[in-house]
Amino acid sequence: MSDLTTQLGVNGPTSVLVLLAGAALLVAAVCVLARAVVGPTILDRVVALDALVVVLVAAFGLHAAVTRSTATLPILVVLALVGFVGSVSVARFAAKDAQ
Amino acid sequence: MSAWSAVLDVLSAVCLGAGVLLAVVAALGVLRLPDVLTRLHAAAKPQALGVVLVAVGVGLAVRTPAAVGVVTLVVVFQLVTAPVAAHMVGRAAYRTGKVRRDLLLLDELSELQGAEAPEGGVPDGCVVRGDGDEDRSDEPDDARPRA
Repeated sequence: MSDLTTQLGVNGPTSVLVLLAGAALLVAAVCVLARAVVGPTILDRVVALDALVVVLVAAFGLHAAVTRSTATLPILVVLALVGFVGSVSVARFAAKDAQ
Repeated sequence: MSAWSAVLDVLSAVCLGAGVLLAVVAALGVLRLPDVLTRLHAAAKPQALGVVLVAVGVGLAVRTPAAVGVVTLVVVFQLVTAPVAAHMVGRAAYRTGKVRRDLLLLDELSELQGAEAPEGGVPDGCVVRGDGDEDRSDEPDDARPRA
């Protein structure tokens, strides 16, 4: 690999930037999960789980970019679609229960 | 070739870092903001921009046609579905009265959809566009759209 990327720590799973990004994503996931646990309404939990899906997409994308592998990319498609179906159905049920 | 790959790597790292930062900011917003609509507002930003940034970062790092195709698919799905999901969650929150109305500056939905508005009506301090009974008394009740 070239000198520039080595200096910047872009390459390699243990480089500083990757560790920093992973730690930031961990913090984000903890924050979002705390909101999902606290609630207080079911819609808060849906919003929090949507944000968790985004954190997961970022984490899988980071893994794919660092390892330069395409193995985890289908997971991104699945996450994007499943998150949508989940939040829409929960929103429908929440609106129905109120009536 | 090596110089170009270095440039692409750095661009990829910048995109991924921006996407991760956006996810972190959104997570803080989801944790800290006061009600459903504001949390939804915070959570909806990385659903569009953050995923696009991460996808561009992955595409620049992996650099194979298959990866770029899959990543483009993710972006298209996310851009189509995320606003719809956010809209439905926000509408459900409004319908079920889970919106903190003391935080609202403007409530256009209560004017648009009388059938959906919670019983409390518009509290003091909220400015409703087209406020006043003289507007509504002219038209029959059926003229207003129903949910």
